[in-house]
Amino acid sequence: MKPAPFAYRRPGSLAAALDALASETNAKVLAGGQSLVPLLSMRLAAPAVLVDINGVPGLAGVEASDAGVRVGALARHADVLASAEARRVQPLLAMALNHVAHPTIRNRGTTVGSIVHADAAAEMPVVLTLLGGSVDVESVSGRRTIAAEDLYLGPLESAVRPDEIAVSAFFPALAPGAGVAFDEIARRHGDYALCGVAALVRVEGDRIVEAKAGYLSVSELPTVVDLTDVLAGHVVSTGSTTDTALAAAGEEALARLDPADDIHATAAYRAQLARVLTARVLRAAYDDAIARSSSTTEGIS
Amino acid sequence: MSEELHSVRLVVNGVSHDLRVPARRLLSDALRHDLGLTGTHVGCEHGVCGACTILVDGRATRACLMFAVSAVDTEITTVEGLTNPDGSLGPVQQAFAECHGLQCGFCTPGFLTTITAGLRENPEPTHEEARDMIAGNLCRCTGYQNIVRSVERAAELARDGKGGTPPEQPEPKPGQLRDEDRASDVATTGLGA
Repeated sequence: MKPAPFAYRRPGSLAAALDALASETNAKVLAGGQSLVPLLSMRLAAPAVLVDINGVPGLAGVEASDAGVRVGALARHADVLASAEARRVQPLLAMALNHVAHPTIRNRGTTVGSIVHADAAAEMPVVLTLLGGSVDVESVSGRRTIAAEDLYLGPLESAVRPDEIAVSAFFPALAPGAGVAFDEIARRHGDYALCGVAALVRVEGDRIVEAKAGYLSVSELPTVVDLTDVLAGHVVSTGSTTDTALAAAGEEALARLDPADDIHATAAYRAQLARVLTARVLRAAYDDAIARSSSTTEGIS
Repeated sequence: MSEELHSVRLVVNGVSHDLRVPARRLLSDALRHDLGLTGTHVGCEHGVCGACTILVDGRATRACLMFAVSAVDTEITTVEGLTNPDGSLGPVQQAFAECHGLQCGFCTPGFLTTITAGLRENPEPTHEEARDMIAGNLCRCTGYQNIVRSVERAAELARDGKGGTPPEQPEPKPGQLRDEDRASDVATTGLGA
């Protein structure tokens, strides 16, 4: 349970960090380390060099604007969660971050690190994908932006190249008329979820005009299913526990997912969780959208 | 080929230590092996159990999920740093002693640090918040009930200004530990040492 030996670099600037990555082979970036250090300790990964970016200034920001929230590579989950501005501009961030591991892990783990770690059981990759966000990466040859939909290639495999550092992630703001919600089922709060769902619902008046759901721990990649076709024009009934259209959306989502067996849950159980959570989270996102649009209207009048 | 060593200055409980360690030295091992601060316990060594939790710049952090070389420019507090300046038990330690919040004591250092940071952030937790505060730490002995009581008692003690007044207790029966006995017992089993 001890890591294999590696060389260690702690550059004091982004340029020096990029130089280090460019000149070394089999190098890995260390930010929060809450996923990387266990992998090293269990010797599931053994990079030759670790480039520790914790000494690089200017990467820890959480900046909220009307367009969205930009999170720097060294912003800890706890920093993003604590940002009232981030919560206002894109409330799904805080809703999901409350489910990311335990507070002790959130104190050190970074949101950008979690996103590029590309674990399909993690919350933030799904949030980024559902919202249509992006990641900015930099190397000695320049900077580029990777859209969330192009980011995930396979389990624990992202489109970030070995010589690149993900310097920030961008989460678009909540659009007018939109609402969001998040829920997951885990054996213990803070553990990896057996199934988790994030939802985005946009309404005009009380009718749904857009509905999407994102899934974690269901497929090998963070997966977003567009359910607008099933739900467009629908008005979610209030006060009733069953809503036929939401149940149909759950079935439709399941038809496009392929839940797998693992030691914690059978495929059938995981499918049932996805079915139930889809309806539950879509309803919550709808309620959120209605609540937000009515408070906006009150604000104007 | 011998492994490259790095010079690292760690500030632990207000004391600076200069040491030379390989880059792969986990912070938990640096504290225990290089500095002899064996109050920080190592359970699972992959971030799940919480026994190794320390405070890094006041924030509860898993010592097994950090390298010692990454801990430069930080202020570290271990369980050894939770006692009052006069050597008496700090409020969270005192609460554990009073409420029987530990049995074998292995997980206890991680609970004490986690709760210390948790109460700074939320000095008056509800019962539910007290449970939530310790959700990231595993204990295989107590069943957690007395640990939750300890969180609530520690909040009272901290509000009252540390020591607080011990709860009334009947004369001990023969063979039964008094609170002060229990406290000194705690101090010699790694909690305050």
